[in-house]
Amino acid sequence: MTPDQIIFLLCAALIVSSALMVVTTRNLVHAALWLVAALFGVAILFGLLQAGFLALVQVVIYIGAIAVLFIFAVMLTRREMRDKGPQVNQNWGIGAVLALLTFGGLAYILSSWDGFSSTAKAIPLGTDSLMMLGKALVSPDAFVLPFEVASILLLAALVGAVFIASASKD
Amino acid sequence: MTFWNDPINFIAGWLRSVFTDWGLTDGPANVITSLIGIVVMILFAMLIAIALVWVERKVVARFQDRLGPNRIGPFGIFQPFADIVKLIIKEDITPAGADKAVFNMAPVMSLASVILIWAIVPLASKIYGVDINVGVLYLVAVGSFGTLSVIMAGWASNNKYALIGAFRMVATMISYEIPMVVALLIPTIIAGTMSVKGITEAQSNLWFVVLSPLGLLLFMISAIAELGRSPFDLNEAESEIVAGFHIEYTGMKFGLFYAGELLHAFTFGGFMAVLFFGGYGGFFGLEKLSAFTWLSNPFIELVVFLVKALIGYWIIMWVKYSMPRIRIDHMLTFNWKFLTPLAFVLLMVTALFDKILAPTQFYVLGMFFSNISLAWIVIEILRRISKRERIEHERNAEPVIQVAHP
Repeated sequence: MTPDQIIFLLCAALIVSSALMVVTTRNLVHAALWLVAALFGVAILFGLLQAGFLALVQVVIYIGAIAVLFIFAVMLTRREMRDKGPQVNQNWGIGAVLALLTFGGLAYILSSWDGFSSTAKAIPLGTDSLMMLGKALVSPDAFVLPFEVASILLLAALVGAVFIASASKD
Repeated sequence: MTFWNDPINFIAGWLRSVFTDWGLTDGPANVITSLIGIVVMILFAMLIAIALVWVERKVVARFQDRLGPNRIGPFGIFQPFADIVKLIIKEDITPAGADKAVFNMAPVMSLASVILIWAIVPLASKIYGVDINVGVLYLVAVGSFGTLSVIMAGWASNNKYALIGAFRMVATMISYEIPMVVALLIPTIIAGTMSVKGITEAQSNLWFVVLSPLGLLLFMISAIAELGRSPFDLNEAESEIVAGFHIEYTGMKFGLFYAGELLHAFTFGGFMAVLFFGGYGGFFGLEKLSAFTWLSNPFIELVVFLVKALIGYWIIMWVKYSMPRIRIDHMLTFNWKFLTPLAFVLLMVTALFDKILAPTQFYVLGMFFSNISLAWIVIEILRRISKRERIEHERNAEPVIQVAHP
């Protein structure tokens, strides 16, 4: 096994186990912290795939902003942060079967794709993927339209949030 | 390649050859050598942290007209070791009702968030951890672990003061992250790269502080806020919430928070040097003359970087020990109504002038005066606003009744 494979296996184990802990732990703050661990594992995966920019953006947005907001909201909601009710309802059997079927179906479809078994091509030395990404986001024959649409959506959300916050004051 | 020209790669190459002589193949030999390199870098950062304890205590004493530690060793330089022994032999208390795992993890994460930054600090042209093409963003990403560790410490302590301190700290960190990111984008725009080493190399002829003095000011203010140092030390306001998020920590766990804070301040001093003062280089082209080629020796560069970082650290301490604490609503108003708009305007001005003036010979003068005039406009706007508010205030104030003297 190469070091990359060892890191991948360790980090896959981290992601799966912390994702399981997110839904099984009864303490809400612990669930949020396990979510942070799972998201960090995904960032390591991006790093392994030579996508350093995506890895860092994953950390900045999902750990630095969203997870911190989650924990804040959880801490401010209830005094007793333990969930006492049952963790599953009577549909858990059907849910498990559906999940297994989805996993099996995806695995079956992906196994017939030729990229599944071949090794990835090495990125040629001296490629600045960050520069390429930046240029693709603003060039008219690439992704400028989706990029601008997304920014208008975010701007609208921002204006809406400001409006709601200021209207409730009166 | 000799030891004097490229010490780290020389030692790494030697270690690799030793491991291959022992019968290891190239793969494991590389992995073990890299691991040793990581440990050495962490040890270097931790040794600096020990020295900083002495520097901090001595400098604060001078600011407060005291002598500071002067009993153990000459000028008290062995004081940190006595401090460490004291911290280690203290009782390790976990408060009742604390969330044990999270409580114990928080100080480790706090220190780790600082040590992780050292992976990209360019100590010299040939002494650095990694040179990634998103180095500037890495600084912000790692800072978010610091935020997380503060929340964990505040929540797990089962203490109201700790929780209030954590809330304040996180409010500061989340707000001041925005001007900080924008301030980091300014050297990125001027240098045309996000790699920290690339930014340093772009300043070999001219420091960026000349091209963007306002950018330096923005970075410094937001860095001090991110550190939670005075005037932004609401998180540990002694007179209000005792010690903030680390109130319940004893012994070496408190020591980890303390060491992390000092090292963080020093690291930000280093980044002030890297982003605006030429980092390890920036000798204005002097090193290209044949008489001064020794300036690009890695050991000289290391010393230059450490001196510049210490000057930055000293400025942060100077601010800390001279400024009173800011009120929390003022802290938020200052960020959202002043610093953030200013940062965005500065970003636009920098991007615009950088593109327009780059081919002309007025580049340096144009960038400098655009910054100065922006600062002048901002001060003028602030003066008008405060004047209007003062007139308003005087009109609404109760009239002063003149008492006739007999």
